[in-house]
Amino acid sequence: MNILTNITRMPSDPKIIETGRSSAHPIDTLSRGLAWFGICLGTLELLAPRRIGRALGVESPTAYALIRFFGAREIAAGVVTLSTEKKLGLWSRVAGDVMDIAALTAALMPYNRRRQNVGPALIAVLGVTALDLFAAGQVTQRSRRKGEAKNYSGRTGFPNGTALSRNRANIAASTRQVEPAATSHRH
Amino acid sequence: MKALVWHGKEDIRCDRVSDPEIEEPRDAIIKVTSCAICGSDLHLFHNFIPAMLPGDIMGHEMMGEVVEVGSGVNGHLKKGDRIVVPFTIFCGECDQCKAGNYSVCERSNRKKEMADKVFGHATAGLFGYSHLTGGYPGGQAEYLRVPFADTTHIKIPDGLTDEQVLFLGDIFPTGWQAVKQCDIQPTDTVAIWGCGPVGQMAIRSAVLLGAEQVIAIDYLPERLSMAEAGGATTINFKQESVIERLNDLTDGKGPEKCLDATGMESHVSFSQPDTIYDRAKQMVMMESDRPHVLREMIYVCRPAGVISIPGVYSGLIDKMPMGIAMNKGLTFKMGQTHVNRWSDDLLNRIAENQIDPSFVITHTASLEDGPEMYNVFRDKRDSCVKVVLKP
Ligand SMILES: [Zn+2]
Ligand SMILES: [Zn+2]
Repeated sequence: MNILTNITRMPSDPKIIETGRSSAHPIDTLSRGLAWFGICLGTLELLAPRRIGRALGVESPTAYALIRFFGAREIAAGVVTLSTEKKLGLWSRVAGDVMDIAALTAALMPYNRRRQNVGPALIAVLGVTALDLFAAGQVTQRSRRKGEAKNYSGRTGFPNGTALSRNRANIAASTRQVEPAATSHRH
Repeated sequence: MKALVWHGKEDIRCDRVSDPEIEEPRDAIIKVTSCAICGSDLHLFHNFIPAMLPGDIMGHEMMGEVVEVGSGVNGHLKKGDRIVVPFTIFCGECDQCKAGNYSVCERSNRKKEMADKVFGHATAGLFGYSHLTGGYPGGQAEYLRVPFADTTHIKIPDGLTDEQVLFLGDIFPTGWQAVKQCDIQPTDTVAIWGCGPVGQMAIRSAVLLGAEQVIAIDYLPERLSMAEAGGATTINFKQESVIERLNDLTDGKGPEKCLDATGMESHVSFSQPDTIYDRAKQMVMMESDRPHVLREMIYVCRPAGVISIPGVYSGLIDKMPMGIAMNKGLTFKMGQTHVNRWSDDLLNRIAENQIDPSFVITHTASLEDGPEMYNVFRDKRDSCVKVVLKP
C-alpha cells in the first residue's frame, strides 16, 4: 500500500480552476451512514448477545440466539446497502427494523424487571426506522423507471439485417475466408 | 476548459480546469466532439479501482478534431484531422507493440515504476483510468492531450458520423477481441454474461464471426430486447436457472465459449448468496472483485472450452473453482483490448454497413449533465444502456 500512497499527479496535467456540482446526492451519504450503523450494531449483537440480553431483561438461550441472528441480519443488510443494490439493502433494513420493533414490544411486558431500558431502546429503533424508511423511499423514487422498460428490439446494429450478417459469416466460414488482414488502405 | 473530474466515491463533477498543452514531441491536442461513459468508468465511480486521486479527469472513449500537433508527430496527423482515440496509449516501437500487443505497450505507462511493483510488469498507459495505468487525464472534457499521437489514433474518413465510429476506441473492439480470442467455429455456441454495451458488441461480433448460436444473459428487459435484436437467444437470470437453460440449449453439453462481459461488480442479490459473501469480503478488503460470473462460467462451460474475459477485474478474487477449470481443460483468455489491432478491419466493416455500433446509444447529453448521467447509467434509469456526451 505504501507504493500507492506515493502517487501524485504530473505537474503539467490540467488543474481544477473552479469546481461544479457533484453527482453525489445527500441521500447516498445518509444510506452509507445507516449501513455502517447497522454493521456496527450487528457486530455488537453478534459478539455480545448476553450483555445486550441482560440489559433488556431477556435472559434465555433462545433470546441470545435471536439477538445473534438479528446481528447477522443487520450486517447482511448493511453490506447490501453499501453495494450498488442500495434499494434492496435499505428495504431489507426496514424489514429488519420491523422485527426489532416486534421483539422489543414483546420485551416491554410488565414482568420484565428491566422495562426501563426497553423503552428508550424502542424509541431509538423507531427513530432509525424513520430514517431507513425515508432513505429507502427516496432511493426507490430515484430509481423508479419512468414507464415500462423500453423495447429495443428494433436496434439490431446490422443496417442490412441480422440474417444477411449471419449469412455472410456462414459463407466466410464455409469458404475459409477469414476476414481481411488488418492492413487497410484507409490508414 | 470543462471536464468531468473524479472527486471520490460516487462524486464526479463538471469542473473548469486548465487546458492541456503539448508536452512531448509526439503529443497532439484534440478538441473532443463526442465522448462516452463506459461501464468500466462505473468501477471508478464506485471507487473499486485503486490509485485514483481527487482531481483526475475521467473518460477513455472519445474522438475529436486535431487542433495542435507536436514536432515529433511527423506528418502522421495534421491539424483538422478527425480521429477516434483508442483507450490504450501505445508507442508502436517496443517489442509488445511490434507484436500487436498494444494494451501492454512497454513505454506508454508514465508511472511504470509503481505499476511494475504492483503488477510485476507494467502495462500500457490508459486514458482516465487511475495512476496504475499512467494517470493520464481522460477525454470526458473539451480538449485532450493524446500522448504518442502519431500511433495512438484511428483516422476517420468523411461520411461517417461520430456515433457510428466513436466506439472504435473501446467497446466495439473490446467485444470483438473477446470473441476473436474464443476462436469461433461454425458449430459453436457462445454464451455471453452481461448485456451492457460490451456484451451487446460481443453479441454482434459473435454473429459476424459465424457462431452457430449466441446466448445472452442479463435481467433487464430492455437490455435483453436489444440482445435479441442482435441475434441472441436470451436468458433472464432472475426468472430462470442460467445453468439449466444453457444445458438445455446445448443438448446438455454446455456452451463451448463463455464470455464474461460483466467484470468485477457482479449483480448482488439474496438469491445468489455468493455475491453477498463477496461484497462483504470486498468491504473488509479481503477481496477486491466479485467473481460470481466466473464461477458460473467455469461450472457450465463445455470441457475443453474457452473462457474469455473482457470484463474488468482489478485485483484479488476468492473461491475460484480452479480444480474444475483444470480438470475440464478450460482455456482462459483475457486482457485489456489491443484496440488498434482490430480497428482498421472494424472501420471497414462500419463503412461497408455490415454493422452500425450506434445502435447501443440510448442517451445523449451535454458535458455539464455528465455527473448526473453517471447516476442514470449506474441505476439503469430510463432504460439507459449507453450514454454519449457532447462537450
Ligand atoms: Zn471502457
Ligand atoms: Zn509500445
